[in-house]
Amino acid sequence: MPLTNQLRDDILASVPNLRAFAISLSGNTDRADDLVQETLLRAIANIDSFQPGSNLPAWLFTILRNLFRSDYRKRRREVEDAEGTYAQRLKTQPSQGVHIEFEEFRAALEKLPQDQREALILVGASGFSYEDAAAICGCAVGTIKSRVNRARSKLGSLLYVESADDFGPDKTVRAVIGSSNG
Amino acid sequence: MKDLKSQGTRTQPTGSSPGAPGGSPPANSNPRPTGLTTEIQARIGHQLRAMYDEVVRQGVPDRFATLIRKLDDPSANPGGGAKEEGSE
Repeated sequence: MPLTNQLRDDILASVPNLRAFAISLSGNTDRADDLVQETLLRAIANIDSFQPGSNLPAWLFTILRNLFRSDYRKRRREVEDAEGTYAQRLKTQPSQGVHIEFEEFRAALEKLPQDQREALILVGASGFSYEDAAAICGCAVGTIKSRVNRARSKLGSLLYVESADDFGPDKTVRAVIGSSNG
Repeated sequence: MKDLKSQGTRTQPTGSSPGAPGGSPPANSNPRPTGLTTEIQARIGHQLRAMYDEVVRQGVPDRFATLIRKLDDPSANPGGGAKEEGSE
């Protein structure tokens, strides 16, 4: 599909969501914006492979996710993000008041395995269906469901230990596996 | 949890309390043997969206608007006609 004005507008309209996703993944605004930029360039360079009428945001998210993952593999060796760096970067952001609570949440989010984190964000924040999230991550719908559930369970136990304690991840995982094959 | 399967495409975390994030939790905090309490699920969902939406609300930073506008320039996009329209 050629790059029409409409398509260009639609791509631009996806930017806020792409940024939010990229920041959630990387925990770092600068890096997230670089990812978004790279995503836009790739998207436009490969616009011919976009199927008109298909889900543009999902297509863009797929590109961003792939970029993030290949980038992540590279960087992980260089910068093993020690506990502190992450929190420090967050503090450089403006409007700090609201961030106190977020920081704790983000720190907990950061502790999730990457697969679970992205699944949770795609479904729980970006608003993708399980099916779209599965397509973006290149895995089965049941896998996404189970990742989302494990992510929630882990976050619950990290953030709200007292109450989550009784229902540990094991039970959840088992329940999920039990209920989501098919 | 089971209903997630049939409701598949909704984005809500689970079940019954879509909007009740911040304040006092509902009285019937109904612990589920299959996972977290509904209350905790709702809190997680709320925080996740709050964090995410805070970024979404920042809109499109100039650098991206500029980037896309530059690509608008036909000279930067040679061959950008509609010649491959032909799929239907």
